[in-house]
Amino acid sequence: MRALNAMSSTIGAGLVAALSGVAAFAQDAPSGLNEFGPEPKGWFLQDAATPVMEELIVVHNLVQIIITAIVLFVFLLMAYILIRFRESKNPVPSKTSHNTLIEIVWTVVPVILLVIIAIPSMNLLYKQDRLPETEMTVKVVGNTWNWLYSYPEYENVEEWVSNPLDETQAREVGQPYLLATDAPLVVPVGTKVKVLVTSVNNMHSWAVPSFGVKMDAVPGIINETWFEVFEEGTYYGQCSEICGVRHYYMPIEVKAVSKAEFARFIAAGGEPEDKFAQLNDGGGAVVSAND
Amino acid sequence: MVAIPGADIPVVHTPADDKPGFWARWFYSTNHKDIGILYLIFGIFSGLLGGFLSFMMRMELATPGIDVFSSEHTYLVFVTMHGLIMIFFMVMPALIGGFGNYFLPIMIGAPDMAFPRMNNLSFWLLPVALICLLISFFVPGAAEGNGFGGAWVMYPPLSTTGSPGPAFDFIIIGLLAAGFSSIFGAINFITTILNMRAPGMTMHKMPLFAWAMLVTAFLLLLALPVLAAALFMLLTDRIEGGTAFFDPARGGDPQMFQHLFWFFGHPEVYIMILPAFGIVSHIVSTFSKKPIFGYLGMAYAMVAIGVVGFVVWAHHMYTVGMDVNVKAYFVLATLVIAVPTGVKVFSWLATMWGGSIRFTVPMLWAIGFIILFVVGGVTGVMLANAGVTTYLHDTYYVVAHFHYVLSMGAVFGIFAGWYYWYGKMFGHHYNGFLARLHFWLFFIGVNVIFFPQHFLGLNSMPRRYIDYPVEFEFWNMVSSWGAWITLASVAVFFVVLIEAFLMRNKRRVGNNYWGEGATTLEWTISSPPPYHQFSVLPRIDAGDSDPHEEVDEAYARREGDSA
Repeated sequence: MRALNAMSSTIGAGLVAALSGVAAFAQDAPSGLNEFGPEPKGWFLQDAATPVMEELIVVHNLVQIIITAIVLFVFLLMAYILIRFRESKNPVPSKTSHNTLIEIVWTVVPVILLVIIAIPSMNLLYKQDRLPETEMTVKVVGNTWNWLYSYPEYENVEEWVSNPLDETQAREVGQPYLLATDAPLVVPVGTKVKVLVTSVNNMHSWAVPSFGVKMDAVPGIINETWFEVFEEGTYYGQCSEICGVRHYYMPIEVKAVSKAEFARFIAAGGEPEDKFAQLNDGGGAVVSAND
Repeated sequence: MVAIPGADIPVVHTPADDKPGFWARWFYSTNHKDIGILYLIFGIFSGLLGGFLSFMMRMELATPGIDVFSSEHTYLVFVTMHGLIMIFFMVMPALIGGFGNYFLPIMIGAPDMAFPRMNNLSFWLLPVALICLLISFFVPGAAEGNGFGGAWVMYPPLSTTGSPGPAFDFIIIGLLAAGFSSIFGAINFITTILNMRAPGMTMHKMPLFAWAMLVTAFLLLLALPVLAAALFMLLTDRIEGGTAFFDPARGGDPQMFQHLFWFFGHPEVYIMILPAFGIVSHIVSTFSKKPIFGYLGMAYAMVAIGVVGFVVWAHHMYTVGMDVNVKAYFVLATLVIAVPTGVKVFSWLATMWGGSIRFTVPMLWAIGFIILFVVGGVTGVMLANAGVTTYLHDTYYVVAHFHYVLSMGAVFGIFAGWYYWYGKMFGHHYNGFLARLHFWLFFIGVNVIFFPQHFLGLNSMPRRYIDYPVEFEFWNMVSSWGAWITLASVAVFFVVLIEAFLMRNKRRVGNNYWGEGATTLEWTISSPPPYHQFSVLPRIDAGDSDPHEEVDEAYARREGDSA
């Protein structure tokens, strides 16, 4: 709800508080799991999980307030004109077709508004795009239709495939279908992570909305971006560049863990967490993680 | 604007005006009005086709799960074809080919287009193109099935190695044919406007629709060859062992295609909306009974939009990994377009201010256009910001944005023009109640479809998904209800057409059935116009200077030219 709080602090509580109340009860993450992703009936930006996304929400809200004001102004002006100058009320039309002053005003005022938008927008753009000193790197490779993850700096961890969970598997592990994967990307919290994105066949786009990250995976080109996650949890995204028939079926799941846990994870050779272990213990059907 | 003394323009109907027989008239036609009607019929047909595709998509998306389409590939084929058909075969033929051909020569006082036979070619390339696209539905595309499912943007490698079948080759051929059709049309419009204006009609006295068509024609002429080149490169890239313009494994660059595509693609969006700007200007002026406010500002705002529209293309590509300084430039250039667009919107409002406003059917569509175009325009300001668009790129927010400017902007412009000029084109009127019903159902329907898509986009639902997480269900369902309302409005539209046709003899209209306020040349001639109008060129009142002197000068200049 951080996004909504940012919105309400910018434009005043009243209306938004009521609306956020509606949206708030809808969020019911599975117990013990801090999940970031789309919300049921959601009508607003996802909550921020990184500093870039926090700033993105601020810029979005600023622009949203300005454009809402413009739309309301035009609507009200239009309504006034249509009522005041309707034929029955104003049978004799004026013949005015020029007014230099007003023409200058409606050219200059939009320019001022655009400057007001452009300054924070540029700050956000450069913050998002210019990488800070990053502390670790992950490599993301798009494939039709799954994601390959690896850590170039930790050679003992082999590249692994992150496949989507099908509907039954997702229900078994209590995660959302079309968002959950069998082997998420694991990153530590509070760490500036550089992401290298490329593809081995069609174009894809690696997107985690709550990070404010979306980077195309283009064959032959390595793109880079970065994020720094605030808190532990599971973060969902979806492929965002059309890549063929399973475009809808290659979700992105990022698991942010504490630094200590991440160190353990790397030391253990980065064996992806087997979500199905406890299900399989009971001698049930073996579900292969990378099926 | 120009006041036209209607009585001064002789309308002579001679035996030479007799129309040729049915086959010769409609299949070999070189008459700009007949070709205009053909374009409009073609646009209506394609609109139904494209509308059917989108209706099926909305039905699929109404609930999570894959329950309407038998294969995911077919869904993507529908997405792709909906975009291509609506853009190249509905909006462009209706606005440019239809209203442009029919009314541009009349408005500038010309007897016909400059190159009537090329005009015929422009039209008849389109059915050929559409047939190619329709064939592509039924021939193998990718391994997963028939048809091409790479979206209207056709990015490689999905459109090269990703779609090896012949389906995409048919689309390339079809789009090339449609592209050449538009280029020929553009040459025709530019030549007609620059050379065939009636004596006394200077550029600065041309109606705004003619200005809109002039700018549109230049955009077509400059943008479509780039698309044609990009499509040819795709075609040769697709040949086994062929070229490698976009194949990184052999030194090519897939992003190069995106630059070429959007260098065409961004002017294309103005190609689709500028003629609607022109139509709406006329309607607002007519039914406010006032001359258009700030005529020169309106005309040059369109020129500015056209020019700046060529240098903002990469704002469609914020996430491809461009350098941050390049992105910064495209953000600023894109924001600049809001200024001339704002000038247009406020000039329409100022035209209405102080007017005597009649709420006729075309005026409803024009008001709807202005309101919804503003909504679509301001979300464009949001999307111009590369930082924010990192989040919104390829989500339903973008879908909502461009449908507000196209499905509501351009299409409202088309319907506004249709109801404004229906009597002029066909000589009889439609039922006002039914036409209003059509407007209100359509207005409500498209808003119910597309407004919730802003929410889906903000909540980050990606485009071109056949299935989605349950979190997105609610607004998708609302959006699909809107599709039903819109379907009903389309049905009402056809009732309007049939009813008007059946009652045609009881509702004959005169030359100027809108009365005071309708000042352009088409209102000085009969409804429908004579088969060949202006066998004697009309003289345009020169306004503040001495009309006779100016017309004499014009005649002298013409004679001097031809001598």
